[in-house]
Amino acid sequence: MSSAFELTYPNVPPEKPDHSQETLHPRLLKSPVVLKATGVTKSYRKGKVEIPVLNGVDIEVVEGEFQAIVGASGSGKSTLLHLLATLDRPDAGEIYFEDNRIDNLSAGSRDILRNRYIGMIFQFYHLLPELTALENVLMPVMINHGVVSYMLRRRKFRKRAKELLDLVGLSHRLKHRPRELSGGEMQRVAIARSLMASPRLLLADEPTGNLDRAAGEEIMEIIRELNAAYDVTMVMVTHDPSIAAQADRTVRLAEGRVESVSIQS
Amino acid sequence: MYKILLSWRYLKSRYIALASIVSVTLGVATLIVVNSVMAGFSDEMHKRLHGILSDIVIRSHDLNGLPDPQWHMDEITRIAGNDIEAMTAAIQIPAMINFRDNIQGQWITQPITLIGIDQSTYAQVSDFSEYLLHPENRKQLDFLLKEKNYGLGKKDRFPLSGWVRRRASSEWERDAVDAQIGADQIDAADIPDSPFPLVDDSGVEGQGVTVDGLEDRGISDVPFQGAAEPQIVFDPATEQHTGIVLGISICSVRGRDADGEVMDYFFALPGDDVKVTFPNTGQPPKALSDSFTIVDFYESEMSEYDSSFAFVPLSRIQDLRGMVDVESGTKSVSTIQLKLKEGADLNAVRDKLQARFPIQQFGYQIQTWRDMQGPLLAAVQLETTILNILLFLIIAVAGFGILATFFMIVVEKTRDVGILKSLGAPSGGVMSIFLGYGLSLGTVGSGVGLILGLMFVDNINTIAGWIERVTGQEVFDPTVYYFNQIPVIVSPLTCVWVVLGAIGIAVVASILPARKAAKLHPVEALRYE
Repeated sequence: MSSAFELTYPNVPPEKPDHSQETLHPRLLKSPVVLKATGVTKSYRKGKVEIPVLNGVDIEVVEGEFQAIVGASGSGKSTLLHLLATLDRPDAGEIYFEDNRIDNLSAGSRDILRNRYIGMIFQFYHLLPELTALENVLMPVMINHGVVSYMLRRRKFRKRAKELLDLVGLSHRLKHRPRELSGGEMQRVAIARSLMASPRLLLADEPTGNLDRAAGEEIMEIIRELNAAYDVTMVMVTHDPSIAAQADRTVRLAEGRVESVSIQS
Repeated sequence: MYKILLSWRYLKSRYIALASIVSVTLGVATLIVVNSVMAGFSDEMHKRLHGILSDIVIRSHDLNGLPDPQWHMDEITRIAGNDIEAMTAAIQIPAMINFRDNIQGQWITQPITLIGIDQSTYAQVSDFSEYLLHPENRKQLDFLLKEKNYGLGKKDRFPLSGWVRRRASSEWERDAVDAQIGADQIDAADIPDSPFPLVDDSGVEGQGVTVDGLEDRGISDVPFQGAAEPQIVFDPATEQHTGIVLGISICSVRGRDADGEVMDYFFALPGDDVKVTFPNTGQPPKALSDSFTIVDFYESEMSEYDSSFAFVPLSRIQDLRGMVDVESGTKSVSTIQLKLKEGADLNAVRDKLQARFPIQQFGYQIQTWRDMQGPLLAAVQLETTILNILLFLIIAVAGFGILATFFMIVVEKTRDVGILKSLGAPSGGVMSIFLGYGLSLGTVGSGVGLILGLMFVDNINTIAGWIERVTGQEVFDPTVYYFNQIPVIVSPLTCVWVVLGAIGIAVVASILPARKAAKLHPVEALRYE
């Protein structure tokens, strides 16, 4: 299992920890900042009415951290996640990924960022229904590589995809289509897919929100293990307090602002 | 990579989209069938026309023709000798033919085009000899009646002809005269049955015996007591008039027999005599008339020619009409026909000849065979063009079907687009998935259409026969058209163009939906349920 998961992280010199990290878990104290957002605002227009969703949110994620973003429905937590994933642009404020500003990147650069550096997991799994589990997992490298380049490295990619599916316990479901899988299995395929490109950051949008309790716990177990055993940096939006309780740091959003930050140690 | 994979999977999992390209398939198949049939038809027409007409014809406007043909031919050889393979002189005049219908016994008169030909060279400038019905005449026409074996390629469907028929018929006539003279009152039963049935059946041998018996009697028995010129005895059983080759439709009609088979019914046959009336060279012309014996039929299967052309020896016409130039003593002709060597430029030679024989000075009409049949060939060409435009419109309509189907598929696949974008697929990549989808639909549609079309073309006559049986309607009536079979020519280039055109339309129709997909906002698309 350990050989399956080799995240290739660059040698970024650790930043000087600031005062807010002093209370973080000791293993995170010297970690560099992976993601940082300052003063992010976003509003949506519905007809002529402008609805503010985020009113100046500041967050910070350090390497290896498991951060939970909680809040009531409509508090803007999914919107914040979309902004962090560069699926959308903030109206104001800045977002940095490993010290590079990413909120004002060109569409092409943001595509590359999402493809290679940021993995995403969704509440509704979002697998492609026409593809098998294995092909779904392979999708990020298929997008990254052209036909020739992909075909040349095909064996290597398939091997890694199979190992990732093995990691999430789905090695017996390689050729199955999403509709032949249960919700928990689909979410495990989605996790394997999010890890395929060896991203530096995983963003999860209520990954257990659509699952029953048992399946949800299985998923959380996988995620916790990824975080604990492989140091995957993880930002998870959830409204489940029991999940939030497992996080290193919990950011509570209310009415578009950070209401409180609680740190577990 | 993902573009190909997804296009392929969408193609495999969306049968409704395949339905939308059935019209592409049908359009392509129809286009290929229509083009092949039209090409076959026009090629067959070209061949026939070219076979009948020589490459270049120099025609005198005057019926009395151009004098001194040898000087003209020498001049032509001097100007364009390198390009000329064969040359012949001929006379072409309007005439009337008059003969006895052997079905009803009435006299039939018809307008014809009488052509005096030099039998030694005429066959070299066109496919003339291929259209004759006697094998020896095909080798070399000599205007002499043959014993039998007419109806090449028709075998048992061609009535008995030649000397066999001529002897039998003259005996029948003599018997009839004998009977009339010998009997006080004519009894219809005394007149023997006609010895020549319409179809040459197994009774041929029996007639042969009769003919032998006739010969035994000798000429001395001929009852010509009442003849005006008893000293000039023309015995139709052993002698013939000048030979004439008649276009087959001059003395036949095409119809169906009791079984529904296409049959020719002949009013006269090789071995029978005809009278031809034509103008002499006097001012104003007087009508001349002479007897000819049919020695063969000419069947080019172009009804225009088969129903008007009658060929006789050139010198006979010249003598009968008195086409002799008083000064030079040379005999005139009315046309000079050329056959050019393979690959020679028809129009260039024509232009050279026109320059040598300017119309202001000579008044000759110098035309290539294409010039002469220009309107017909142009009409076929125009038909083909219009059919192509109309059928391509069908494929264009299919394009709108694809457009609509694709919009539906893009709406259905909105979430997939969002997923792909969240995984970092660029807008261009998303667009090319749908373009590739359109491309593969177009390829499959037109590929199947191509195969269907080619299969149809390959078995078109079988299919026509099948449709005839099912509907009872004649699809391709040989009594109407020139051909017994539907001629087809498959042009690979046309197939390639049709297929490319259809694929192009499918791709163009998928551009708008593909752009719509590419423009989808990932967050909106992911939220879409």
